Amino acid sequence: MSNEFLRQMPSGRTFSGKDGLIWRLHLDSPLLAALIVLCLGGLLVLYSAGDSNTDLLIRQSVRLGGGFVALFVLAQVPPRTYRFWAPAVYAAGLVLLVLVLFIGTEAKGAKRWLTIPGVASFQPAELMKLAVPAMVAWYFSERSLPARFRDVLLVMLITLVPVLLIARQPDLGTSLLVASAGLLVLFVAGLSWRLILAAMSMLAIAAPLMYFFVLHPYQRRRVDTFFNPEADPLGAGWNIIQSKTAIGSGGVSGKGWLNGTQSRLDFLPESSTDFILAVLAEEGGLIGVLLLLALYTVIIGRGLFISWQAQETFNRLLASSLALTFFIYVFVNIGMVSGLLPVVGVPLPLISYGGTSIVTLLAGFGIMMSIHTHRKLLSNH
Amino acid sequence: MRSPMQFKDHHREGRIFAVRLVWSGVIVLSLMLVLAGRMIWLQAIQHDRYTTLSDKNRVQTQAVAPPRGLIYDRRGELLADNQPDFSLALIAEQVPDLNATLTRLAEMVALEEADIERFWRRLRSPRRPWEPVPVRARLTEEEIARIAVAQHELPGVRIDADPIRHYPYDDLFSHVLGYVNRINTEDLERMTPDEQANYSGTHYYGRLGVERHYERLLHGRVGFRKVETNARGRILQVLEEIPPLPGEDVHLHLDIKVQQAAWDALGERRGAVIAIDPRDGGVLAFVSRPGFDPNLFVTGITHHDYSGYRDDGDRPLFNRALQGQYPPGSTLKPIAGLAGIDAGVTDWQRTIWDPGYYRLEGQERVFRDWRRQGHGWVDMHKSIVESCDTYFYDMGFRLGIDRMHDFMIRFGLGDRTGIDLPGESRGIMPSRAWKRAVRGEPWYHGDTINASIGQGYMLTSPLQLAVSTAVFARQGEPLVPRVAQLTPPASSIEPAMAGETQHWERMTRAMVDVVHGARGTARAMGQGSKYRIAAKTGTAQVFSLGKDQEYNAEEIAERLRDHALIVGFAPADNPAIAVAVLVENGGSGGSSAGPVARAVMDAWLLNNAGELEVPPPALPGAVPALMAGNASAESASR
Repeated sequence: MSNEFLRQMPSGRTFSGKDGLIWRLHLDSPLLAALIVLCLGGLLVLYSAGDSNTDLLIRQSVRLGGGFVALFVLAQVPPRTYRFWAPAVYAAGLVLLVLVLFIGTEAKGAKRWLTIPGVASFQPAELMKLAVPAMVAWYFSERSLPARFRDVLLVMLITLVPVLLIARQPDLGTSLLVASAGLLVLFVAGLSWRLILAAMSMLAIAAPLMYFFVLHPYQRRRVDTFFNPEADPLGAGWNIIQSKTAIGSGGVSGKGWLNGTQSRLDFLPESSTDFILAVLAEEGGLIGVLLLLALYTVIIGRGLFISWQAQETFNRLLASSLALTFFIYVFVNIGMVSGLLPVVGVPLPLISYGGTSIVTLLAGFGIMMSIHTHRKLLSNH
Repeated sequence: MRSPMQFKDHHREGRIFAVRLVWSGVIVLSLMLVLAGRMIWLQAIQHDRYTTLSDKNRVQTQAVAPPRGLIYDRRGELLADNQPDFSLALIAEQVPDLNATLTRLAEMVALEEADIERFWRRLRSPRRPWEPVPVRARLTEEEIARIAVAQHELPGVRIDADPIRHYPYDDLFSHVLGYVNRINTEDLERMTPDEQANYSGTHYYGRLGVERHYERLLHGRVGFRKVETNARGRILQVLEEIPPLPGEDVHLHLDIKVQQAAWDALGERRGAVIAIDPRDGGVLAFVSRPGFDPNLFVTGITHHDYSGYRDDGDRPLFNRALQGQYPPGSTLKPIAGLAGIDAGVTDWQRTIWDPGYYRLEGQERVFRDWRRQGHGWVDMHKSIVESCDTYFYDMGFRLGIDRMHDFMIRFGLGDRTGIDLPGESRGIMPSRAWKRAVRGEPWYHGDTINASIGQGYMLTSPLQLAVSTAVFARQGEPLVPRVAQLTPPASSIEPAMAGETQHWERMTRAMVDVVHGARGTARAMGQGSKYRIAAKTGTAQVFSLGKDQEYNAEEIAERLRDHALIVGFAPADNPAIAVAVLVENGGSGGSSAGPVARAVMDAWLLNNAGELEVPPPALPGAVPALMAGNASAESASR
């Protein structure tokens, strides 16, 4: 199916039919189709990963349904509304993050949730995944590109305040994603390569310092494990060893759906959440993994294409940041599951079970579709 | 609305953005390729390696221990069997807090410091994850119930049922059966890789006695089971199974009736009793008192029990029958006498005057007879019956130690008997060469004179005494004693005085008079016997008397009294049992060891009605022609 989309990508605008129903609903059909295929495939993998537990599947489907509703609703909102509200939402998000530190609900040693008793609970950090890039994009929409040094300082401020608040919860994965969302705007906003290289070398120097002075002991252990998983094969190294074993034993064609021994016999921990890719790799083999990577590439490519076609700075920057953040998800998750990166709590986007991230991700695609489908109206003025 | 300036900026911004977008696409694509490359590396190139790892995860080859062979006596009485036992074990990986759980368990079952210590040691030693680590064996039903009730609060706590060795007769057979206990790394390190594989499922290992000697036989062949397990070690399915080959049952020559009789006759005294069927070399009774309860050792003896045994002055863990070293004393005289006749230094007619002592010509030193006033005129026969020392001093001096040595080793003295039990002592049969090699001293005439009445350097175990008596009963035909009813190996010893029946029979007659004669030293044991017994008493000195000191049993502390000895066989002219009895500090051989030997012989030779009924040998094939042709038992009793 993905091949079909690839073929249709360049002519996406005509395919969807500018006067067609989908277009009038402010949806982008190639992106929507790719997302639906991804989510349905993800449910199949989850069914196996969750030991054929239908409850799990139903809960995930409900969450996906909610995500698609959010996508649809946000696609109807014109981008200028987002630009108008970006600072306010960002500020509100900051307030909520501070609130989390004080009155957040604690679970598994981390304070991430705000609970409105009897109504709902949610993670303000998820809101910031959208609010931070929107805020940075808003910042640049008031200025001219390329990003300069003073912009860097301000963008850093906008980004790092929520990032540090999230890191305090602690939630390394989300803070990493929020930081990426903000800083990626800087990149597409044309920050000079020299500054980028300088920042990267500073990061390289800061990394060991971070390791010793900033990271929590559990985070530090993850880094240690990354460098030497065999040091504690039954403890900290267990996850990564079992995950690589699952992937490697899958081979080219895989062990077949529902036949992965690593996951079905519980050798693979977190098999339905962060390590779900290993289940796909074990049961679907290299073929399954490459199909998934292709599908992700299509989605990210479409996202970049949408930002290419966008005409306003805010829209361009926001859309490209969202698409690239989505890529960060993919790269960090697959990188950690396959042993290329240390274990960071980043889910495989739209496939891993649970988390509000599904709703946030699909909401982000809703904003992208809004940017894409409201473009015609702007040019008609 | 927009100014041209802004429009120009807009255009430039678009270009900047477009360039960065292209860069983004390039970076995204190349990183995607990195991920794809990583997956190709893991899934295509390293596939085999990870397949092995994955199979190792889920497929476990479990060794299945073979059931240990049982041990029976000759009547088919079970002497060692396997009984189900419930033991407490922890799967450490499932226990959230080991210390808290152990504390909790200690409230429900009796846990000693040593149990906890052993648990931690086992936990730290190399083991598979999810493998249960034993904490305590032999749970009582009450303890099992207490744990079962609280099971839901105790994750990782297991009660396993495993067969363990059980010895129904407690200490009665302790020194001959030995025991098994937990196999340890040292045991495994001594094995060949093949043997190690054979023991991969086995928890117990034979330590002493029959359990040790026949370990290979009793153990059997390990079985294997390939199972698929999940990460928590739960077996989901058995993929392949090779059942174990059970260990072989071992049937012993031992007769529980004879063993019990020996045990009871010895009573609370320290000592040893060995009875051998001289026809096939089978060991009918093997007693060393005090014994110990082998059941205490099986699952690991507690410190309290062990120190109780260790610190007991009666040394219950010491196998007197097999490892005790005692001078044979006068029990040696019949063999010494035959040595003199064989060498021609004496004969049945030769008489000497016994004034109560013997003095070497030209020497001051006096060798006393046990009877101060002497035996008067004595010949060989009388010297055996009354146990005259002077006759043997004289004969021994003229025989010389080396000829004595060469004759006596043919009775198995001074060397291991080759019995199927581990840890046997050699004893000492001295010679000039021996004294020079071991002591670095020349041999003196006095040494020979001491040796000729079984004192001095000479040391034997009760087992050796019994074997030499059985060899005597076989008229010199050597034998290798057996506890188990398995064909004994042929002895490499040359028989002594082969075919010289008249000498054997005359010496036997002298030994019969020891028991049945008017002046015999073992008259007490002959009372009312239904068959003729040939025997010789002896005492082994613990304490040397000074030149003119009187031996007064009353005055000497019990532990310094002489050891009482007797050897004998019956029926005298068709022997079916040879016995050696040692009673530590028992004083006189005839009065304290004799009745024990008699009780043992009765237990073997008399039926339930008290009539003489000689049981057939267990291994008729092993009986030498010499004995098979003997007259019947009835005609033997005059």
